[in-house]
Parts: sequence; structure tokens; C-alpha cells
Amino acid sequence: MNLNELTIKKARAKLDSGEITSRKLTEACLAAIKKLDPKIHACLLVDEVGALAAAAQADEKIKAGEKGDLLGIPYLCKDNIMTKGLRTTAASKILENYTAPYDAAVVKKLKAARAVLLGKTNLDEFAHGASTENSAYGPTHNPHDLSRVPGGSSGGSAAAVASDMCIFSIGSDTGGSIRQPASFCGIVGLKPSYGRVSRFGLLSMTSSTDVIGVLTKTVVDAALVLKVIAGRDELDATTLPDTVGDYDQEISKSENLQGLTIGLPSEYFLKELNPAVVVQIKKAAEKLQAAGVKLKTVSLPYTKYGIPVYYIITPSEISSNLARFDGIGWGLSQDQAKNLQEFYKTNRGVGFGPEVKRRLMLGTYALSAGYYDAYYKKAQAVRTLIIKDFVAAFKQVDLLLTPTAPHPAFKIGEQINDPLTMYLEDVFVTGASLAGLPAMSVPAGLVDTADGQKMPVGAQLIAPRLEEGLLLKVAKFLE
Amino acid sequence: MAINIKEIEHIAELSRLELNAEEKTKFGAQLDSILNYVEQLNEVNTDNVEPTAQVSGLEDVWRNDSVKNWDREEVEDALSQGKLEGGQIKVKRVL
Repeated sequence: MNLNELTIKKARAKLDSGEITSRKLTEACLAAIKKLDPKIHACLLVDEVGALAAAAQADEKIKAGEKGDLLGIPYLCKDNIMTKGLRTTAASKILENYTAPYDAAVVKKLKAARAVLLGKTNLDEFAHGASTENSAYGPTHNPHDLSRVPGGSSGGSAAAVASDMCIFSIGSDTGGSIRQPASFCGIVGLKPSYGRVSRFGLLSMTSSTDVIGVLTKTVVDAALVLKVIAGRDELDATTLPDTVGDYDQEISKSENLQGLTIGLPSEYFLKELNPAVVVQIKKAAEKLQAAGVKLKTVSLPYTKYGIPVYYIITPSEISSNLARFDGIGWGLSQDQAKNLQEFYKTNRGVGFGPEVKRRLMLGTYALSAGYYDAYYKKAQAVRTLIIKDFVAAFKQVDLLLTPTAPHPAFKIGEQINDPLTMYLEDVFVTGASLAGLPAMSVPAGLVDTADGQKMPVGAQLIAPRLEEGLLLKVAKFLE
Repeated sequence: MAINIKEIEHIAELSRLELNAEEKTKFGAQLDSILNYVEQLNEVNTDNVEPTAQVSGLEDVWRNDSVKNWDREEVEDALSQGKLEGGQIKVKRVL
């Protein structure tokens, strides 16, 4: 086995016993990136020098007897998260030459834990998309079939973990952007509760749903990373004061799932759903049943309004958050404009790609005089009803089990010209985002595609707010 | 409802986006189809339903309003990425 294929847990044991060094582990990841990334294009930046220096430091600490779950473990970070001294582009031309002057809170925490940052991963520009095709620097390819998308927007982070370029990666999930690519790439993707992880240093997209989370090879690994990055941060006023759980310990304690009831929401098993996906989710449900859970069909009647609500609220918040990109102080700055207005319009017109422009206009329209009540306020009211659906369901069941995506990864280029079809990709993942609930995608086997490929699909678990421990415990039984 | 070129130009103006003729036509049609799709929210009765603006459940989060010394190197790295003149950020004429 190559070292880059290790999980956090296995690498930890080998590092602590002295069988391997962080340097060797880091070199193995860098070699995998060099070998595979020309085809996969998961990375936007590789910091070989910085990574090897961090690995050498970690090795010294290990030698000195220091302990830590992530000590010396190499990872990749989505490029919409600030990394001090490294280019941070959000996969946009408007930030092509932008160097982050400080570390995001998560990166700071990972640095303090002495994890080794290898570089930055590709995404849909500003995380707007579900396929990573909206990157201004070209799409990422799915490691299981290079002609297919890895999902998005954390497509680079998912593809990198699936192809063992790193031991784990960091992503962001606003309306499915960790879970859907995890499903398409056959790995574990965890979106924590809204406010569980600090977003200080994350490039804001939809402030009312943006969450930072993790992409890993196993459920236990996700628990180990979450434990390090979660917690209250004075610099992000939305972070929750609640104590961070001992998630990995909680997982290892449970021998079965007796006493738990898992809900299968009927609205998530639509007739348009790929039948092979249904088979895999049913198998997942049976696995949980074998571990002692009771299954129960529940109803979340407002599910079908998740996408229309999301695609009003998201563009609206984007149009506000992206107003800061004006070409002044940082970022792309075209000098030929005659006055300030023209200067703004040129920089933004040249710097932003088509999906960003689409969302900016949609959001500006929804928030404009005369339309605010009809669109934004209406969407916020329906959002309340979607949240109430979950509250009612969690009175009957402990967790929900659904497909993560309606189908396996689609082909690159297949949906790019139809924004609405692309938006429908998020049908099963927006609900948990709008309600701020923790949710994760766990590999649920392979299905056959029309062209005879075998592609991974994921099962999604959704838990009540702050129940990451329960979520991870149940997820472990799906592996 | 159909969005005409004039409306697209108005939305682009409000969004501070320079669009070419091709973009105006393309985005017009696409926004039209997305807005038609979201129209289905009108089926939902939301009388007496409070809108949700945020889901953290937190209210009035405070911290001390005190100046903290930011790392000098970080401040310089941040400022050195735009046009400066005499230590000030330079912008275009407003009028």
C-alpha cells in the first residue's frame, strides 16, 4: 500500500510508532498529485516547499513525544478559504493574483494541530455550482471516470481524497457542496451544523447557510477532523458556544444502534430518481436495520420547495456578499475606465464568470424595489415551513436517511448550458442547509451507468441540530 | 413573465456588471426560466408564517469593542495588493 492511500487513523498509528515519518507521508501525497493531477485537475496550487517544511516540523514534534490526531497529516484545502501567503482565488479570475494576508480560522486551527497543508483545491467559481465546471481555471475530472464531473462545488477537494492525493481535505457546503461531490466521488463528506465551525476567512457566499466541513476516506477520520476545527470563534459571531463533542470516542463506543429510529422521507424517493440509486439506499437502510435501528417512513411535505427557496435566498445573499469585489484594494483592476462606475462594471464584467453573473443578477432582481416581498421574503417564509418539516420529523425519528444525489456523476459538459437543470442537482441536499442541520454523505456502493461504467453513489444522513456525534455514530454503521 | 433587454440592462446596472450583447440575450432567457421555476412558491400559503433570516438561534452576540494589534506583516500584505498613494488606497474619480 502506498502511504498516500492511508486513512488518518492508520497514518496516525504508523507515525506514532515511528514506522513512517510525516515527511515520507507528505512526499507520497505530493508524488500522487504530480502523477495524477495533470489528468484530474483537483488542485489550483501545490505548496511543496511549505508542505515539506511543515512535515519536518511535525516530525520533530513527534520525535519529542508530542501527541495529536492530525499531527503531521497532509491535507488539501478548498480555494475559497484563506491561506496566509498563498494565492487564494475562489477559482475566479477576479482573484487571479490575490494572496491571502491571513489564515482562515480553520486553517489556523489545523496549523496549530500541525496538520500539513499541501495546497488548494479547485471549485466552482466562488462555490457557485454542482459540478466544478464553473471554475475559471478549468473543470476537475472524476477519478472514477475522467469524462465525468466530480460534483461540486467542493469537486477538487472530493476528487483529491478519492484519488489519494491527500489524507483528507477541507471543503465548504452552502447547499450540498460537500455532500454531493462526496457522493459522486465515493468518499465521506460531512457538513456540520450551521455555526459549528468558524467561517472567519471563508469567502462569503450565502451567509445564512455557508458551512465549512470535511471530506475524508472514512467516518472516523471525519470525526477526528471535525473535533479539531469545530468550536466558538469570537471572529465569527454565528459560531455556537456549545461544547465540541469527543466525536471519535463516541463512535468507537457504540457496538450497535439499538433503540434508534431512522426516518425515510417519502418525498426524497421521487419517481424521477435513478432506480439503481434507490436499490443502494434500500441496502443502506437494511444495514442499519441489521445494526438494530427501526425504520419508519416519514413525510417532509415542503421538500419540493427546497430548490426554489434556495435559488432565491442564495443569489440574493450572493449579490450582497460579492458587492465587495470592486477592483479597489485587491483583485483584478482594469485601468482604462473613465470614472468609478465604469471601473466597477468593467472589473466585475471581466472578472466574474457566467454563473456568478447569473446569480448576481438573479439576486439583485429578487432584492430590488417592488420584488423584495414577492421573492426574498416569500422564500424566507417557505424556508420556515421547510424547517418546521424537519422539526416535526425529528419528533418521530432520530435521524433521516436519503439519497445524497438523484444519480451518479454526470458527464462533463452534459448540463453546463442549462443552469436550471444544474440547480435541480441539489434537490436532496438543500433542505439540511436551509435548516442548518448537520448532514453527511457516506459511500453506498456502485451503480451501472448507461455507458457501462460503475460509478459511486452516496447515502445521506441528516441529524437534528448539533447532533454530529449521533450522525457520525450511525454513519459508521453504513461503511 | 418575460424579462426584456431593457430590464436585463437595468438589473446589470444595479449589479454593476458590464455585459455584452450576447450575454444580455443569454442571461435574459436563463433568468426567465429560473424565475418561472421559482414562481411555484406562490402555491404555498405563507399567511402568518414568520420569515427565517438565520438559523443559528443566537441573539445579540457581543464582544469587546477594543482595538487589537494585527500582525504588521499581515496588514502590509493586505494593503500591498491594491493601488496605494501616500499610504492611502487610490480610487477613480467619483464625479
